[in-house]
Amino acid sequence: MTSKIDPSNPHFTGVDREQWIHIYQQMLRIRLFEDTANELYRSAKMPGLTHMYSGQEAVAVGVCEALRPDDYITSTHRGHGHCLAKGAKPNIMFAELLGKAAGYCRGKGGSMHIADMDSGNLGANAIVGGSAGIATGAAMSAKMRGSSQIAACFFGEGALGQGLLYEVMNMAQLWQLPVLYVCENNLYNEYTHYSETTAGDLLKRPQAFGIHGEEVDGQDVRFVYTTALRLVEQVRTSQSPAFLQCNTYRFHGHHVGDIDRTYYRSKEEEAQWRTNRDPLTILSEWMMAQEIVDQALLADIGHEIEGETEAAVQFGLNAPYPDVSEVNQHVYA
Amino acid sequence: MSMPDGNARVITFAQAINEALAEEMRRDERVFIIGEDVAEAGTPFKVLSGLVQEFGRDRVIDSPISEPGITGLSVGAAMTGMRPVVDIMFGDFITLTMDQIVNQAAKIHYMSGGKLKVPMVLRTTLGATRRSAAQHSQSLHAWLSHVPGLKVVVPSTPYDAKGLMKTAIRDDNPVAFFEDKLMFQDKGPVPEGEYTIPFGVADIKREGTDITLVATSSMVQVALKAAEMLAETGISAEVVDPRTTFPLDKERLIKSAIKTSRAIIIDEGYERYGVTAELASVIADGAFYYLDAPVKRMGAMDVPVPFSPVLEDLTVPTPETVTHMAKMLCGKL
Repeated sequence: MTSKIDPSNPHFTGVDREQWIHIYQQMLRIRLFEDTANELYRSAKMPGLTHMYSGQEAVAVGVCEALRPDDYITSTHRGHGHCLAKGAKPNIMFAELLGKAAGYCRGKGGSMHIADMDSGNLGANAIVGGSAGIATGAAMSAKMRGSSQIAACFFGEGALGQGLLYEVMNMAQLWQLPVLYVCENNLYNEYTHYSETTAGDLLKRPQAFGIHGEEVDGQDVRFVYTTALRLVEQVRTSQSPAFLQCNTYRFHGHHVGDIDRTYYRSKEEEAQWRTNRDPLTILSEWMMAQEIVDQALLADIGHEIEGETEAAVQFGLNAPYPDVSEVNQHVYA
Repeated sequence: MSMPDGNARVITFAQAINEALAEEMRRDERVFIIGEDVAEAGTPFKVLSGLVQEFGRDRVIDSPISEPGITGLSVGAAMTGMRPVVDIMFGDFITLTMDQIVNQAAKIHYMSGGKLKVPMVLRTTLGATRRSAAQHSQSLHAWLSHVPGLKVVVPSTPYDAKGLMKTAIRDDNPVAFFEDKLMFQDKGPVPEGEYTIPFGVADIKREGTDITLVATSSMVQVALKAAEMLAETGISAEVVDPRTTFPLDKERLIKSAIKTSRAIIIDEGYERYGVTAELASVIADGAFYYLDAPVKRMGAMDVPVPFSPVLEDLTVPTPETVTHMAKMLCGKL
């Protein structure tokens, strides 16, 4: 579990300084959003539960930064990171988490169902693997319409247990559909280590369909981003699917209420990942070493996003609930 | 009874469906068909014969045997600008598509606060007595009628089938369209040219004064035959066909029951917790003070559909059993 920082890697030097800073900002935005969401839960201000993305930021940001604004994504129950990375606004997201009318779904979706067509987000999905069909169908639609859009389908390694994924990967390859399957292996299917649920080599599953698959260190956004750039380009130009396995780690529990986790993973393991494999630290240390940023700039970025996050959550807290008359609106279009 | 105008041709139920699809595909290039053996085979019932020759394999798409996958693909395509018609060969196989229909298609509009739409049609079948045993004979339209967000069509004549299919394709919601397998070769008058039939408008298939027979899909012909038999014994039966189980034309059902003061609901789905229960409740509620007898329900027998003809024939209502029940309600047994 050592970081693969290689300041001389030519893949990384081809990216603008501003882009790395932007990537850092996006990852920090997600981290602070999740910390704030956790506080909302702990202070009983948020109805229900939420599944925090902290620790996995490099995956969502690395992939979404490689996408076009009009490309599609589908997300998961652990979806805040994907939504923010694709361009959702934190204030509208907090409003949704709090069940307010100003939320992306007018408070009807909540944490697990944020959808934002303006940023190409076809929705987070609370059925594990449930969006594989939607993402692949969106890719099919893009191809039929000749739009040159692609779809990125985010799912956790738990979704590898769902048959739907294999049905649609088969069709994506058969019909050469422009979809990038992004498997985030955060090691745990809820409260069970994936090795107890998943036989064989993960990457051989897409490869069995003839889908090009790659594996990347999901804690190092430099690898995720540069690999995603290449795969997205390949998916778009060749109009065929690809599969990106990102090895990552969920810093928190399955959801905010999953506090006692020692029966399925040790505190030492968690500390190890937090200390040595934090995607924000890996990127910031490298940017410092490369003199892309200095401490002062990092501090400025931190303050700026802290302020933005605070304002966003206040917006959500102050926003009104939907009128009760909305309960039976939007059942039918 | 709504009848075609002018010089209607006589065509089969299958031809009516085929025409509706062809006309809509000519009218709207976003419409496509996906399913198992839909192209050259034209489905096992030959309902789609000729469509692939006119529209090509890009719009009449033969799929793998992957019902959840093709349904999920259709949901994603519908959300992103296409209007898919997904063909599920036997109604029994909708069980395989349930997550994609119930958790995805039905809820996406609502969960997104009205932002996303899923304009798709799920074509499938219902009906027993084809000697196909328990996994190819069920009538599961009540399952989908139960779920807010879905519309459910149960046509009973070639005229209705064509007009309702065109409406289904133009609807911005997910619509399940159930066709009785035994009706595909039934003939009826269908006018040349354009017409649609709105959802939620019941049709009086035969007028009467003594008892209302509310019948759906395959059971409409059963009810009409029963009405003829009843006429011979001096009982005037009115046959009302709701045509869609959702939206449901409650008003016309209640009005007919008020007029006749007696009602039997006949539907080929399982009797328990079925369409008959819902419709009977509507009439019991709305016509309570006008009823001279309890509202009776006749559905499929609550057993897995048996193979042996002598057993299978016992499981569905027949003109004889309906006549018997009607005479009993009218005090003429």
